Parts: sequence; C-alpha cells; structure tokens
Amino acid sequence: MVTIPVEIQILFAGLLFLIGLIGLLVRRNVIFMLMSIEVMFNAAGMVFIIAGAHWAQVDGQVMFIFMLAVTAAEVSVGLAIILQMFHHYKTLDVDELNKLKEIN
Amino acid sequence: MAILLALIPILPLAGFLFLSIMGGRIPRRMIAFIGAGLIGMAAMLTPIMGLIFLVSPPPGGAIAVTLWEWISTGGLTAAITFRLDALSLVFIFVITLVGFLIHLYSVEFMADDEGYARFFAYMNLFVSSMLILVLADNLLLLYLGWEGVGLCSYLLIGFWYKEPANGYAARKAFIITRIGDTAMIIGLFLLFIHLNTLNIQELMQQAAVKWGQGSSLATWAALLLLGGALGKSAQLPLQTWLPDAMAGPSPVSALIHAATMVTAGVYLIARTHVLFALAPAVQLAVATIGALTLLLAGFSALTQHDLKRVLAYSTISQIGYMFLALGVGAWSAGIFHFMVHAFFKALLFLAGGAVILVLNEEHDIFKMGGLRKKLPVVFWTFLIGSASLAALPLITAGFYSKDQILWFAWSANKGNPWLWAAGLTGAFLTSLYTFRLVFLVFFGESKIQPTHQPGRLMVIPMVILAAFSLLAGFIELPGSMGHIRLFSGLLDTILPTVNMIHGNLPEVFFQVLSAVVSLTGIYLAYLVYLKKPALGDSFNKTRLSNFFYQGWDFDRLYDILFVKPLVWLAEIDKNDFIDIFNSAIARITLWFSSLLSLTQNGKLRWYVMGFAIGIVFILTILMNL
Amino acid sequence: MNTIFYIAAALALISTGLAIAGKNAIHSLLFLILSLLSISVIFYILGAPFIAALEIIIYAGAVMVLFIFVIMMLNVGMERETEKRWLKPRMWVVPLILGTILLIDFIFMLKTMAHEETARQIILPKQVGVSLFTTYVLGVEIAGMLLLAGIVGAYHLGRQKKKVIHRFLKKEEIIEVPNLKK
Repeated sequence: MVTIPVEIQILFAGLLFLIGLIGLLVRRNVIFMLMSIEVMFNAAGMVFIIAGAHWAQVDGQVMFIFMLAVTAAEVSVGLAIILQMFHHYKTLDVDELNKLKEIN
Repeated sequence: MAILLALIPILPLAGFLFLSIMGGRIPRRMIAFIGAGLIGMAAMLTPIMGLIFLVSPPPGGAIAVTLWEWISTGGLTAAITFRLDALSLVFIFVITLVGFLIHLYSVEFMADDEGYARFFAYMNLFVSSMLILVLADNLLLLYLGWEGVGLCSYLLIGFWYKEPANGYAARKAFIITRIGDTAMIIGLFLLFIHLNTLNIQELMQQAAVKWGQGSSLATWAALLLLGGALGKSAQLPLQTWLPDAMAGPSPVSALIHAATMVTAGVYLIARTHVLFALAPAVQLAVATIGALTLLLAGFSALTQHDLKRVLAYSTISQIGYMFLALGVGAWSAGIFHFMVHAFFKALLFLAGGAVILVLNEEHDIFKMGGLRKKLPVVFWTFLIGSASLAALPLITAGFYSKDQILWFAWSANKGNPWLWAAGLTGAFLTSLYTFRLVFLVFFGESKIQPTHQPGRLMVIPMVILAAFSLLAGFIELPGSMGHIRLFSGLLDTILPTVNMIHGNLPEVFFQVLSAVVSLTGIYLAYLVYLKKPALGDSFNKTRLSNFFYQGWDFDRLYDILFVKPLVWLAEIDKNDFIDIFNSAIARITLWFSSLLSLTQNGKLRWYVMGFAIGIVFILTILMNL
Repeated sequence: MNTIFYIAAALALISTGLAIAGKNAIHSLLFLILSLLSISVIFYILGAPFIAALEIIIYAGAVMVLFIFVIMMLNVGMERETEKRWLKPRMWVVPLILGTILLIDFIFMLKTMAHEETARQIILPKQVGVSLFTTYVLGVEIAGMLLLAGIVGAYHLGRQKKKVIHRFLKKEEIIEVPNLKK
C-alpha cells in the first residue's frame, strides 16, 4: 500500500486532465479530439478511485464503472459520427464543419 | 309590441354576427338567404311599427324601448334605448326598404365574388349601424351608430382590397369623416358639460330653456355638430372623400348614397334642430354651405367621365339641397327630399351598376352609347331615376321635393334670393348633367356590346325603386296643386313648421320657373351631347373643365394646406433627440448582437475554447473567495 | 510501493503527452494504451484491483481497438504534412497558458485542502459487485439503457448509404446542407 499524500494523487489526476484539455484545444483532427476526451474522462474517473481509496468506500469504484458505460456509449456514437463526417466531407478537420453558425 | 322596434336594428346585427362567424362554412345560397332575408324581415317589421305608430299615436309622439343600461357613471347615464318618432320612422322606413332592395340586388350582383359572406356581413352591419343611429334616443348611442357607419363605409369602400387604390380611397373616406367626427364628439362633450345630459329630448328642452337665442354656447354646440354632419354628408370643406368612395362595389355606393351614411348628417341636423334654431348664424351657414356645395358638385358632375363619379357628385349636390332646406328652416322639406332622393339615387346606382356589370367593368361613359335597345329594362328604370333627379315636372317625385325646397329658399323668413338663385342654378345643372349621362350612355351610336342581360334579382329591385321614384312625390303635393300634406303632416308632430314671409310671390310662379329650368337643362343636354358632340368636346378640353373634373382641385388644395406641412414637420421631427435616443438603443442592441453572433461561428474548437476559458475563469474566482 | 506509483505516474503523463502531440494516429493510440496501462497500475496500487482489470479490458482493449478499427476503415494517410500544417507551434500558446492557470488553481486548491489521513484498505471486486446490484441497481439499469441507445445510435449513424446498382434506380438524395446565406 502506498503512503503518498492524497494531494499528490489528485494533482496527478489534474495533470492528466490538463493534458487532455490542452490536446482538445490544440488538435484539429477529430480522432485526436476524441482521444483527448477519453484522457479527460480517465482523469475524472481517477479522482473517483482516489476518493474511494481515501475514505475506503466502494462508491468510488461503482462510479467509475458507470463512467465506463458512458464512455463506451460516447465513443461508439462519436466514432460513428466521425465515419459519417468523413463520408460527407472527405476530411477529418473539425473546422470544416462550420455550417451551424449565425448568418450575417 | 315595443320590442318589435328593438328587433329592427338587432336583426341585421344578428346577420352580421352570424355571417362573420359562420360565413366561410355555409353554402352561398344560405349566405344570400340570411344576408338579405334578415334585412327583409326588418323591412317588413318597419311598416308594422309604422302602422302601430300611426293608428294609435303614442303619448308624447314617440315609442321608446329600453334594452339595458349601457353606461351609468357619475352624472352620465346612457341606455340602449330605441326611440321611434315621426322623423326616425321616415328614416327607418327608407333605410330598411332601400337597404333590403339593395341586398336583393347584391345577391345577383356579387354572385361571382369570393368575398360573398364578408360582403353581406359588412352590409348587414352597415344597415344595423344606421338603424341604431336613427333610432338612438341619446347622443352617445347615436355616436355609436355614427362610428359604426364610418367603419362599415371604410370596410366596404375598400372591399376589393387587393387593389391598392381601393384601400387608399377607403382610408381617405375614413380619415376625412374622422375630422368631422372629432368635431362632433367635442360638441357632445360641450353639450354634456353644460346641460348635464346626453338624452336628445332632455337636451333639446334644456337648451331651449337655458340658452338664449344666438347665445355663444348654442352657436358653438351647433357648429361642432355641424362639423360632424359635414364630414358624414360630404359637404363643402369635407366633400372630397365621396367621389373616391366609388371604389367599392356598386351596391355599396347605392347603400352609402341612398339609405345610409351620407344622410346621417341630415338626420343629425334635423334631430337637433332646436340647437340650430337657437343659433341663427350656424343655420345660415348650413344653408350657405348647402347652396355652395350643390353648385360646386353640380359643375364637377358635368365634367366626369366615370358613370359612378357623376352619380357621386350628384349625391353631394342633392345633399346640398337638403342642407339648404334645413338651413332655411324647411325641416320637413329637407327630409322629404332625403326620402325621394334615397329612392331615385339607389335606383340610379343599381341601374348604373347593372350597366357597368354587363359591360365588363366599363366605367367610362364616353365609351358607352346606344344601350337603349340592348338593355331596355335598365334604360327605362335609369330614365325614370334620371327624370326624378332632374326634377321633370309633374310626374316625378324629385320635382315635388326640389320645388318645395326652392320655394322655401325664397319665401321662408330665413331664406333669401341668393340661396334661391343658387338652388335654381343647381337645378339647371342637375338636369343638364343627368341627361348628359342618359344621352351618352343610352342614346347615340352603339360603341359597346353588353355581355348579358341583368337577371331577375337585379331587375326587380330596380323596378320597385322606379315605382317609388315616380309615386313618392304624390304624398306631398304643393298648395297650388292638390295640397296633399301627408308627409309634412306626419313630421309636423316633431319638427317645427316653416315661418313664411307673407305677401310673397305665389308658389305657382316658382313651380313654373323650375319646370322651365329643368326642361331647358334637358334640352341643352340633348343639344350638346347628342346633336352636336363637338360642342361638348370643345368644352372638355378647356382648363376650366379640367378644374371642375378634379372636383375644383380641393384635393390639391388640402395637399398644400395640410398634407405637405405635416409631412414637412414630420420630416423635421424625425430626427429629434428622442428619436436619436430610441434609435441609439436599437443600434447598440444590434451592435452587441452582431458582436455576440461573431462567437457563434460554427467552429467546434472555438466553442471548446470558450468552455475552457469559462472554467478557468470560474475556478480562479472560486479560489479567491 | 511509492516508487512504483511515481514511476507509473510519470509514465502515464509522458505517454499521454506524446499521444496528444503525436502526428501519427496509430502511434498516438499506442502511446495512449501505454498511458492506460500505467493508470491501471496506479489503480491497483490505490487498492482497486477490479477497476485496474476493467481499465485494461475495456479501455485498452475495447475502446482503443474501436479507435484503431475506425482509423483503418477511414484509411486516411494521416500525412505528417497535414498534421504539421494543422499543428503550428503558435497554436499551443493559448491552450498552454490556460492549462498553466488551471494548474495553478489546482495547486492552490490542494494547498488549502485540510490534510487527512488516508484509510488504507483494498476494496475487493465482490464488494463492488454487491454495491452495484443493491444500492446502485437503478444506476445499472439506466447505464444499460444508455448503452442500448449508444448501440442503436452508433448503428444508425454508422450505416453507409446503399449502393445503387443502376442509375435509373438511383433516388435523388440531397447530401449537401443547403447554404442558408442565400
């Protein structure tokens, strides 16, 4: 068992989240954006596990399992959307998908 | 029995309500049946009420029925009360009878129109409003009918609203009569403040008691009421709307000109005759305005090309005669002329409408001609109407009514030779322009072929009205020939008799003179428009003719006097600081909107960036709390 | 044990960073799998062996395989040139600044947090399972429905247009989104 302070653990999760966020902001390729979102999900789940371990409660892990379900659904729908997008626009650049904007 | 009286205005109102709600869902035959049938029932009730009224004259000379209390606040009480006396009896008789015949005619005339139900709904409301107007026992209820009539005229003149010009004519009618209505409502306020009631009977009694002859208050009140009457009856300063009102369908013109609307002013003055008698200056103004209007409109009618516009100007002119009669104190003569005029003017409009209909909407009389043989029924009825309008001696009703007015204009104590001279000139003009119309449309060479003959429903009302145009005169024969005074005998119960100047010229002299004038006019029309058309053509090209054609350029005058300064002021006012403030608010909002809409650029990463910045911002603030 | 945690954490951070910054999608995915494996190690150390296993099975297994399938189906070259064009150095500036501010916020927050002793205990899969099917049974049902919806949605969205054999049988289909600006 580890004796690392819980602050360090959470900081690690936070760093992971930040990397995911920066990736989401930087990349233009949708696949990479989806991957960044996965990283952020993971970081958030890790906070649940850390909290569960901290108070020795089972709920943290249960929440992680729910999160897995959400992630799975999100990824499958997201990838299907990417397929359609590539089908219609022949590109993976999100900036090409700008039809939903204010007309002026 | 009295409740029957309330049914007379309520039946057409019910027709209006039913048709406006259900009009789109019931078959056209049903629409016609209800639209004309309810007026017909009202027209049948009217003689019944008249018989009751005449056989057993009610105490006080009037039958009144109160439906409910309308307004009761402070000192003001106004009830929905219908009051039938001799004057309103004459009016409701004419309104329901002529209104019914016009409705009957419309059943066929409007048969192919898509707005069939709408038309009958408006017409019913029109008749109902006019009946409320003449049956009202207080001025507030009268004003309700007054405004209802104005509204319906707007709706019906602009009936074919898809043509912008019709909408313009409707607005013109509405706005110009509004000027008169405003004067009238101010007059009502004045009367209420000083006499503390709006009930017409009480008002007249109190005015006679409280206000002396020629007092300034009475003068003002009469003047303001006169303003309302001028607007509705299209008299001199406010006459410009009526010729344009020809934009509506022909039955509407007939209804406006004969039974409703324009005669409301005549009714109002007759109804409040006590006030006018108290203000001799105003009464003189009424006579003068009538005399001027009948001349002005007579000259204009002489130059018009449009069949209906000739008739419109002739209406203005004939109403001028009624005003002249009222102005010289010949109340019953004015009302008699109203009744006779209603018959022959409705007849002329219906016959004219029939001509226009069978010629495929041809309005120009110079393009017609020779229709005498092709449309015999229309020709004969139109001829009878024209003869009555031109006051053809002895046989037509118009002769008796007009001759009476002319005689009173000379010999009543309020009359004077100038008014008489104007009236006589007007009579000459009337017969001239009327028979100009007859000769141009029905005689001469044939220029146009009618597409079909008018049907039974159109002919029957015309024949009935033609009979009335001939016969109605015999209920009131002048002293020199028969001396039958059925009509004025009836009206004398409520209207004062004329004060004559004794030792004047005999009546026969005037009758002969007006007969001669009338026949001369007809002969001149025959000469100028049938025998030697070149004479008429040469006159038509003059500038004077054009001046008359434009209705003495009143439109242009008002344009310069009122419209242009108003537009100029509005133009200045458009950029004052309040407007700048208001438009600045709008502009700033638009600017912010365009600024915000920049953020909605459809770029997903941009939105994510917005999210991230928001999160950072909120978290940083939370940290520092 | 602490050392292992630090090593795993460092590995996770570095491989995630490489995955995010990578130019080749397959390489990035492999880095991501590495990151997930390290995270799974951390989970194990934190006393959650069941979650550690799930992390490998579902994330590193199923989800990443899904990604790889999609990349292969699209069969895009994943040219380094396009990615280079998309990933200009100056694009990193603003996200990094934001990230730094957020990191400072995190540290600040953690510093002000009251220090508490951690109760050290391994939570076994059995406990998780019992909790899942007693306390959280409603959540499980809802998660099941969500997954069903995900399946239906993915099927619907991922369906390709039918191939038409003859041009006369072809139905006109408007693919282009109408340009509203006109």
